[in-house]
Amino acid sequence: MTKTLQLRKGTYVDSVKLMQVSRTIASLPGVNAALVAMATELNLDLASGMGFTLPDRAGPNEMLVGVDAESDDAVAAALEEVDVVLNAASIPSSSGFGSPPTPLTIGAAARVSGASVAMISTPGQYAFADAIDAIDAGLHTMIFSDNVPLQHELALKEYAADSGVLVMGPDCGTAVIGGVGLGFANVVRPGPVGIVAASGTGAQHLMTLLDGAGVGISHCLGVGGRDLSAGIGGISTLRGLDLLGDDPNTKVVVVISKPPAESVAESVQHHARTLGKPVLFALLGKGQPDITEVARRAVEAVGHTWSLPERLTGAVDRGRGDGFLRGLFAGGTLCDEAMILAVEKLGPIRSNIALEPDWALDHTLASDKHTMIDFGDDRLTQGRPHPMIDGSIRVERLLREVEDPTTAVILLDVVLGHGAAPDPGAELTDAIAAATSAGIPVVVSLVGTKGDPQNSSRQAETLNQAGAWVFYSNADAARASVDLLGTTNGSRA
Amino acid sequence: MSTSLRPLATPTAVVTAGAALLADAIDAQGVTAARVEWQPPTGETGPAIAAVMADPRRKAANVQSLEAMLSAEATLVDVRPASETLGLERGHFLHAGPPLEWERASGPMRGALIGAVLFEGLAETAEQAERMLESGDGVTWEPCHHRGAVGPMAGVISPSMWTFELRDDAHDATSWCSLNEGLGKVLRYGAYGDEVIERLHWMTDVLGPILQTAVRAGDPIDIKAIISQMVQMGDEGHNRNRAGTLMFMREILPAMIDSGYPSSDVASSVRFLSGNDHFFLNLGMPACKLATAAAENIAGSSVVTVMARNGTDFGIQTSGTGHEWFTAPANTPEGLFLGSYGPDDANPDIGDSAITETAGIGGLAMATAPAIVRFVGGSVPDALATTQRMYDITVGENPAFAIPILEFRGAPTGIDVTAVVRSGVLPQINTGMAGRVAGTGQVGAGLVTPPMECFVGAIKALADRV
Repeated sequence: MTKTLQLRKGTYVDSVKLMQVSRTIASLPGVNAALVAMATELNLDLASGMGFTLPDRAGPNEMLVGVDAESDDAVAAALEEVDVVLNAASIPSSSGFGSPPTPLTIGAAARVSGASVAMISTPGQYAFADAIDAIDAGLHTMIFSDNVPLQHELALKEYAADSGVLVMGPDCGTAVIGGVGLGFANVVRPGPVGIVAASGTGAQHLMTLLDGAGVGISHCLGVGGRDLSAGIGGISTLRGLDLLGDDPNTKVVVVISKPPAESVAESVQHHARTLGKPVLFALLGKGQPDITEVARRAVEAVGHTWSLPERLTGAVDRGRGDGFLRGLFAGGTLCDEAMILAVEKLGPIRSNIALEPDWALDHTLASDKHTMIDFGDDRLTQGRPHPMIDGSIRVERLLREVEDPTTAVILLDVVLGHGAAPDPGAELTDAIAAATSAGIPVVVSLVGTKGDPQNSSRQAETLNQAGAWVFYSNADAARASVDLLGTTNGSRA
Repeated sequence: MSTSLRPLATPTAVVTAGAALLADAIDAQGVTAARVEWQPPTGETGPAIAAVMADPRRKAANVQSLEAMLSAEATLVDVRPASETLGLERGHFLHAGPPLEWERASGPMRGALIGAVLFEGLAETAEQAERMLESGDGVTWEPCHHRGAVGPMAGVISPSMWTFELRDDAHDATSWCSLNEGLGKVLRYGAYGDEVIERLHWMTDVLGPILQTAVRAGDPIDIKAIISQMVQMGDEGHNRNRAGTLMFMREILPAMIDSGYPSSDVASSVRFLSGNDHFFLNLGMPACKLATAAAENIAGSSVVTVMARNGTDFGIQTSGTGHEWFTAPANTPEGLFLGSYGPDDANPDIGDSAITETAGIGGLAMATAPAIVRFVGGSVPDALATTQRMYDITVGENPAFAIPILEFRGAPTGIDVTAVVRSGVLPQINTGMAGRVAGTGQVGAGLVTPPMECFVGAIKALADRV
């Protein structure tokens, strides 16, 4: 067995791309493990954990290329492949005579492109400067990056107040501006509903439910999960309301968020009354209407008739034995909603984003009775792609749950749209089939539209053929999972 | 005051920085993803960048700096000895770049100071001059920039040397520069042989007075207007000054001929100008100094106002930090060498002439000077790419210095420290190369960049002032 770790200077490639490269290299014949990553502290720890000998000095601007393989030949072949994949990854720079070089800053890119919007997904500690650059260029600025400090978020939002633009985020997963989706975004029809969203997957689900009911979206403005906290004071929410208030295409506004801080709630509600348009508040949490119910109200507010979200019946119609419900989620808000709905009948649900502190899972995330895991949580996406981009982590976990004799029902979400994996249904087929043949019903909460690149109908069909129940409403999926446990098991804790 | 909100509309393009996958998703929707080739910023500058970027004064201060640079004027109003214009006393010298002690001075800087001591008659021999300079006996020196002057290469100015005097009436400012001696074995490249000293005496006795009479005879000569024209004629104003020199001669020749001096002196002066393609450099430099000086001392501005080298250190100043120097060891230029000289003969970067780049011409306007790209070891596409790259690190463009081959786009102007540190792109400087050994003279010409440490120092100092 041979282990090699190289340090390459002067090359920077974004982490998502590098994780894809790592995966490609790790799957080569004779390769046991591979790590291609920028030499951040986190990645150095990873490398050390994989048994590589670390270089004396390495900085985040340098690239680690580590290969653990069966033989020297396999290492050499892997390193060669790293070059090939990395070269393919680099954007071909314009080499025509006199053509301008690729811009290096947002300000420069804005000057030459005529863009009106910027989307920033640079590492969190750098996103601040990039966002200031975008604001200076007069661009509405979406910050997809997470791990941006709170004081930076506040400074950015205050800075933007003087520049006439909206800061979406940080940690803003989705936005739609004039029909163009940014980040993880579903393809939805244009229409009268404008959304201000402090929850990414919550907003995606609301939009797909509206689309399914034939109602379209004007804009969906993400504001980041902390915007309505007392620390930020809803700066972007208020500004988003103003933008939608001024927007002639928007007839009804929906604000979707976890319940805001008390002080903030008042000012937001007061501001909403001044817009001259109906504003619905979808506050996610215990005792609040679920997202599907919010969608129904929004549909009716624009004068449409609500139609129930589609559902497809699965191959197994009863939970296995007297086991437990296991939820495996990519969307945090979807996981949260499912727990809130299930807890009424099931009692405590263990989770990494538990509803009660006592129900928190330890770091191994091993299932314990009723368990739901949010694989999209910040702490689980460090050093690996988001589960919406790469579903392999959930496939592995699904198979482990099948082997666990205490698993009765498996619930999972599949989120489609731009930015998401090209064919998540296909990734899951084998695992769902394995669960089905083991007598475990698999319930899928499908968040997507027919217009999505993955096509929700096709995905639903694939998943259903493998044996899964498919629900276009997350709330319906959660309730159905509880029902499948059966009355005798449902009250077990 | 808050600006009115930018209305929401379907974007035709979205600027993306970060994950390529998210940019691909935008392209897939038929909308242009204007991709930024993003790099992490230099070194441990994250907190300083954040502090400076968030400074509410920065944007307006940088715009103000740029506007000051663009509105600066530059007219040649007089030619006088440095003892008058710069108040230099006997034994006091000015030199290029940031402050420097004899112990750390490079060969060409030492050679030029030795030459100046000989020229002023303070010593009989080079050895004697060197001992004086080493001991500091009766001699002192300080940067040209400390007195609002600039000098190419070693940039040594002594009291008896004559200087061009340029005015910026818009900002009520004055700048000075020595008269250019020509190429080869010259004082500014560190040569101090007899021919060098003899030429300096002739310049003081003959050339200076004739130019003075000629300049005083007419209206002030608009040097900025000549720069505007020369950048459309293949000069970038640092390593190529041929068109500028010819246009200056067109302005000054009639008055030189009418000066009343003996025709043999007029003829030798005209021949001297005709034989020196770089004569205009010493007029372009103080014009650039007037522009950058106009942008000085604006609180919160991260615009570079001085870039200068003394052959040992490279130093920069920024508008927001006043006259504080941020220095680091100078790089050695890369390029082509004269005769049998090679890379080992080259001294590290030297001269105040990077004031041209600081004002937006020189290496920053490389695209306009395709004729010299081979001389500095590049290609025409490189030159076009270089200037276009410089827009990434500058606050704006100077419409007065329009570059025809870039569709008359204004020269990239106002180097922004935050942009340099964030992008890792350094200003491109075109330069001559001095021999490492005192007395050698010029050994070549090429390209060089400032050390990044200067900009790192500057951004930290700017952050301290937020």
